[in-house]
Amino acid sequence: MPKTDFIVHDKADTVGVAVVEDIQPNTTVTGWVMETDETITLTALDAIPLGHKIALRDVRQGETVLKYGHDIGRAIADIGKGRHVHVHNLKTKRW
Amino acid sequence: MGRFDFYGYRRENGRVGIRNHVVILPLDDLSNAACEAVANNIKGTLALPHAYGRLQFGEDLELFFRTLIGTGSNPNVAACVVIGIEPGWTTRVVEGVANTGKPVAGFSIEENGDITTIANASRKAREFMQWASERPRERCSIPELFISTKCGESDTTSGLASCPTVGNLIDKLDPLGVTTCFGETSELTGAEQVCASRAATPEVAARFMEVFNAYQDVINRHKTSDLSESQPTKGNISGGLTTIEEKAFGNLQKIGRTTKFIDVLKPAEAPAKGPGLYYMDTSSAAAECVTLQAAAGFVVHLFPTGQGNVIGNPIEPVIKLTANPKTARTMVEHIDLDVSGILRRELTLDQAGDLLIDMVIRTCNGRLTCAEVMGHREFVMTKLYQSA
Repeated sequence: MPKTDFIVHDKADTVGVAVVEDIQPNTTVTGWVMETDETITLTALDAIPLGHKIALRDVRQGETVLKYGHDIGRAIADIGKGRHVHVHNLKTKRW
Repeated sequence: MGRFDFYGYRRENGRVGIRNHVVILPLDDLSNAACEAVANNIKGTLALPHAYGRLQFGEDLELFFRTLIGTGSNPNVAACVVIGIEPGWTTRVVEGVANTGKPVAGFSIEENGDITTIANASRKAREFMQWASERPRERCSIPELFISTKCGESDTTSGLASCPTVGNLIDKLDPLGVTTCFGETSELTGAEQVCASRAATPEVAARFMEVFNAYQDVINRHKTSDLSESQPTKGNISGGLTTIEEKAFGNLQKIGRTTKFIDVLKPAEAPAKGPGLYYMDTSSAAAECVTLQAAAGFVVHLFPTGQGNVIGNPIEPVIKLTANPKTARTMVEHIDLDVSGILRRELTLDQAGDLLIDMVIRTCNGRLTCAEVMGHREFVMTKLYQSA
């Protein structure tokens, strides 16, 4: 089994979670989709700290971001596939 | 001994405890000093100082009494000494705890002063402590357990692995007839419809939504921002959690995949519908939530953490687990169970759930949790509004 760099909860998700401490920009990373037990690969474009999210596809500003197959907020900037997703580009729809 | 048996303390009312505390309980902030003096005099007793008990009124006062009486009544408490500034409310707490049948006595400070009160209460505490020290552990089985859960300083590893580990345990133990409890009303925001769908009946779902919406009203009334850095907390954000919705879906993993909740409890309200999973309306602040669950009679707590919350509770042992490999490495003295192997795919969720069941049984048999040996005894009352 290849080393798992990130994990995706649900096939429909737009983000995965880094589970290693050292994802560097411009490296190929391997992900495990828990729901379907698939393995996927993509190129990380930013450093992704442990526990932080990586975009699995291009997301446009205003688009809903999915994790656990559910709405976890709105993109407040365009996010490219492989980019770090966090408070700088994703915001709650509540409160 | 079967796999699900353990040695616990069967109390006068039939409930099973896993610890044998003699608690010195202050009615009010003014009585903390006397309680701490008694606990210093009589070794092995435990004072529970807190900040409240004066001029509270209405529902807030009811919650205050429910919390104090519930704490004294918890099966992890063998006997209880109550000290208050005046005899009226002191007696109310004593009588509430006495309903369990356990030894309890009250002392009041007015007309006695601290020194006489401490002397009298110490004599009674000495008697209770020696009596408690001879209570035997008896064979009990896991359906007699009341298990609560709440997570804290969560990060994305909580939703991936440590919260689902608790969920796996609940899905395995619910069919055996264990009584379990989750809460954290504000921290279900974004996942509230999914949570409501896990209610056992439409009536329970409707009551959950009522409680959820009432909490949203509180937040909307008092908020000055989008709550970033409060909910999610600074620690959550460092750990990679971005929004409350994301945190909520991770949180909800704790109730497993199949178990339904059978009732909605007020803060610190004891379950009354028999075995099953209960939802309690609580704050998401760790110590407040665990204090309310302990006051409702839960005897062992499961606490998944991501970034490393160090919480304990004076009377309810808190078992902490993490899936964050860095936390497991850097905060080893706070982590009872490391499930980071799930993230490396070395450990399945099912195996992790079994490891957690084993840790619960060991804790029930007397293994001290990290929080117990580190002296974490956070006892924090929930206050609903200003005092009069």
